[in-house]
Amino acid sequence: MKSLLKATVAAVAFAAAGSAANAADVKACFVYVGPVGDFGWTYQHDQGRLAVEEHFGDKVETAFLESVAEGPDAERAIERFAREGCNVIFTTSFGYMNPTIKVAKKFPDVKFEHATGYKTADNVATYNSKFHQGRYIIGQIAAKQSKTGVAGYIASFPIPEVVSGINAFLLGAQSINPDFQVKVVWVNTWFDPGKEADAAKALIDQGADIITQHTDSTAPLQVAQERGVHGFGQASDMINFAKDAQYTAIIDDWAPYYIERVQEVLDGNWHSHSSWEGLAEGHVVMAPYTNLPPDVVEMAQATEAKIKGGWEPFTGPIIKQDGTVAAEEGVTLDDGAILGMNWYIQGVDDKLPE
Amino acid sequence: MFEAVLLTVITAATPLLIAAVGELVVERSGVLNLGVEGMMIMGAVIGFAVANQTGSGTLGVFAAVGAGMAMSALFAVLVLFLVANQVATGLALTILGIGFSGMIGEAFIGVPGLDLPQLYIPVLSEIPFIGPVFFQQDALVYISFALVALVAYGLFRTRVGLVLRAVGDNHGSAHALGYSVVKIRFMAILFGGACAGLAGAYLSLAYTPQWVENMTAGRGWIALALVVFSSWLPLRVVVGAYLFGAVSVLNLHAQALEFDIPSQLLSSLPYLATIVVLVLISANRRLTLVNTPACLGKPFVPDR
Repeated sequence: MKSLLKATVAAVAFAAAGSAANAADVKACFVYVGPVGDFGWTYQHDQGRLAVEEHFGDKVETAFLESVAEGPDAERAIERFAREGCNVIFTTSFGYMNPTIKVAKKFPDVKFEHATGYKTADNVATYNSKFHQGRYIIGQIAAKQSKTGVAGYIASFPIPEVVSGINAFLLGAQSINPDFQVKVVWVNTWFDPGKEADAAKALIDQGADIITQHTDSTAPLQVAQERGVHGFGQASDMINFAKDAQYTAIIDDWAPYYIERVQEVLDGNWHSHSSWEGLAEGHVVMAPYTNLPPDVVEMAQATEAKIKGGWEPFTGPIIKQDGTVAAEEGVTLDDGAILGMNWYIQGVDDKLPE
Repeated sequence: MFEAVLLTVITAATPLLIAAVGELVVERSGVLNLGVEGMMIMGAVIGFAVANQTGSGTLGVFAAVGAGMAMSALFAVLVLFLVANQVATGLALTILGIGFSGMIGEAFIGVPGLDLPQLYIPVLSEIPFIGPVFFQQDALVYISFALVALVAYGLFRTRVGLVLRAVGDNHGSAHALGYSVVKIRFMAILFGGACAGLAGAYLSLAYTPQWVENMTAGRGWIALALVVFSSWLPLRVVVGAYLFGAVSVLNLHAQALEFDIPSQLLSSLPYLATIVVLVLISANRRLTLVNTPACLGKPFVPDR
């Protein structure tokens, strides 16, 4: 009670002093699902937070909670931030969706931003990136560079985002080599370096000479380096771990989005929306193309430019694994179809786990 | 193909084996240390940090062993001298290890690691199949087997082992006979810490040469389960660790070969296998009672 009183007094004092006071105008808070040191998903979100601090200086204060489990813990963490006077709270994992909505109802004046979800409210916005655009490019590179014509794909969980990534990868590969094969191994975890490494070894032993992943650690790429095959970085540029093995990496760059949204909170014109941007807006960035012959680099850059120009990888003809047509020639799948994708395209050597 | 699978099984099983054999000695002395995960991750981060700073994998391994021992010494002081609750202290040790290692390791995130060299044993390593599997591993794989042999021999064929088991089975009697229960347990706990640290070093220097937070990913807990699985017998720990490693690796190979089995089922197989074996073991009451240290988890306060 005493501390609350103190806080109130302090708040009044700061309000009286106006925005010229030392206190930040806006407090932006972040809830992370993993440790900031995972060098993948959470690491990139934290880089975004640091960019916000640097951009706004004293005007914005930030705070974060890491390794917050999805579920009841998340609700407590989010509510704590809301009570502590955060003006905008970024919840950065799919599993935070319902807790975010629940807490948002109790705190109508606080803005909430939920990553990768699909439920919005007046004070809850969602944001995500079109990672599949990058996967189309690496699929093309894989088909150009592979000698065996087989790529290994280490997948985490059979959710639409992962499935659409596999499809985009294969669509890209098929545009170069129609017979290209992708072997999928589900490890049922986002983060377990040992298991990811074992999966990479299993795939290489079975003929894959390109390794790509939708899990968060650098282990598969290190295995690729050790075994003399190639691969792609995930979420952040992993070139330091695989100097000779990494062709490029799909980098999540949350900084532009975070800066834009915090600016809107500062200006008082924040509105709820569903943001889903990709290469064109700089939310997905390709790491420098390395270890590749010049013609392949040119091809990759041309595709990147084409996507930035508004072309969408999920443009027909797209045929599902069961032979039905998903999109006719020239027809582009709408956002809903991509965000809810639960089917493989023809050519994936795997049965989608149900 | 078979050779390739076997090679991955060895790397998956080795950290489990090392950590489990250490914990087995601790439990044989009557102490339950649930902090294996915490000691392991401290070993992983310190091993990585020292190897990275000095450029020497060997120094890294020694530092990791030291880090595991330091963590276990903390545990030992709390449960032996202050007679704190072993379960709670062990859990706290795990939480401490995970948090502390994250803090120490912050500077080493994204830094490529040092890979322990493989030892090629001359002549033998050139035999087809047998050579690559048995004689081209990194040093820690050989050490893991040496450890098992040492523990198996030490526990059941030497005087020290007999005293240690006596302390674990009936600390009152051992004390009455004039053995220092606290001292013996302290040594056993330190040995367990050293092994857990070594297992951590295997993760960050050999299995996946890098440092990332929480990289043990629950292997310490599996090691604990393996000790029960083996009904406190060192040779069975080898069976357990390799069975566990084999099932988890085969899951990945089966998927790459496109067997039509749901991956979730395959992923849960190692755990299902553990449960089945535990049920089978505990069905035989007599066998369980013979091997379970009777004073496991019970605090000891010497009466003077």
